[in-house]
Amino acid sequence: MEISVYRYDPEKDKAPYTQAFEVDMPDGRDLMVLDVLELIKEIDPTVSYRRSCREGVCGSDGVNMNGKNGLACITPISDVAKRGKLSIKPLPGLPVIRDLVVDMEQFYDSYKKIQPYLINKDMPPEQERLQSPEEREKLDGLYECILCACCSTACPSFWWNPDKFIGPSGLLQAYRFLADSRDTATEERLANLEDPFSVFRCRGIMNCVNVCPKGLNPTRAIGHIRNMLLKRAV
Amino acid sequence: MVTQVTSFSRNGLSDFIVQRVTAYVLAAYTVVLLGFILTAGGMTYDIWREFFNQTWMQVFTLLALLSTCAHAWVGMWTIGTDYIREHYFGESADAFRLVYQVGCVLALACYIIWGVQILWGS
Repeated sequence: MEISVYRYDPEKDKAPYTQAFEVDMPDGRDLMVLDVLELIKEIDPTVSYRRSCREGVCGSDGVNMNGKNGLACITPISDVAKRGKLSIKPLPGLPVIRDLVVDMEQFYDSYKKIQPYLINKDMPPEQERLQSPEEREKLDGLYECILCACCSTACPSFWWNPDKFIGPSGLLQAYRFLADSRDTATEERLANLEDPFSVFRCRGIMNCVNVCPKGLNPTRAIGHIRNMLLKRAV
Repeated sequence: MVTQVTSFSRNGLSDFIVQRVTAYVLAAYTVVLLGFILTAGGMTYDIWREFFNQTWMQVFTLLALLSTCAHAWVGMWTIGTDYIREHYFGESADAFRLVYQVGCVLALACYIIWGVQILWGS
C-alpha cells in the first residue's frame, strides 16, 4: 500500500513536503494506522509522531488521515484508505513541531480558560461530595473526552480564532463542569463564556461530532451552554 | 488581535439573540410579501403602491429593513473577524478589516436612510 506522510523538520527543511512509502501489509491483515506508522519508522527512523497507549485512551496520536482527523491507534487502514492509498498529515490548524507532531499549546490554553476542575465554595464534607445516580448520569458523554484535539483541529472557527474561540473540546469540558451538581461556580463560568467568541463562534457545522474518536457530541454540549446562557439572560 | 468592541452589541449572547429574532422577522416578511404577490391578482404599479401605502406595511417594511441591517452586521462582522487576518493579509490585516467594517456600516446606514425615503418620501 502507498502511504504518503507529511514531513517537515524546521531545522532542516525550508518547506513541508510529502514522502511516499510503499508498505507491505503482513499477511494481508487490516492494520491500524499506528501499526503502519511503526512499519514506516522501521523504513525511516526519522519519521516523527506521538504515541503512547496504542488503544485510544491517551489521545497522543491524533493525526489527519486522508483528510479526516482521528486517532491512528484505533483507526483501521480499511476505514480510511482510498484506492489503496493513504495520506497521513498532522492535525490541521496547529503549528507543526516536526512531521506529525504538532504544538498543542494553543489547544491547552483554551482548555485552561474554562477552569477544568471542580469549584465548590462550600465546606468539604468529611468523606466525599455525593451525587445521585441521575446527577451523575448528566456527566455521561462529557467526562470521556481524552483531549486528543481531533475535534478542535477539525473546526474552522478554531482555525480562525484559536486564541478566542474555546473550541469544541474545551466547550465540551466547560459543559461537563456546568452540568456537575457538585460545582457551584456556574454563574462565574457562564459569565466567562458570553462574549462574541468563546462559545458563539460555533456555527454548528458538526465537524467535531464527525471526527470525535470517542463518539462524543461537542455540538450538543455547546447547545446546552447556549441554552444556559439564554436562561440566565432572559 | 481582534476584540469585540466593533461587534453589534459587544456581547455574544445579545448578538446571537438579535440574529435569531431578526431572522424570524425576515422570514415573516418574506411570507407576507410572497402571499401578497401570489394573491394580488396582477402586479401593476398601482396595486404595488397601494399595498405599500398602508401604514402597517410601511412599519413592517421598515422593521424588516432594520432587521436586515442588524442581521447583516452580525454576520458581516463575524466573516470579517474570521477571514481578514494576518495569516492571509499580512500586517495590513487590521487596517483592511477596519476599512471593511466601516464600508459595511456605511452601506447598511445608506440602506436604512434610502429605505425610509422610499417608504415615506413623496
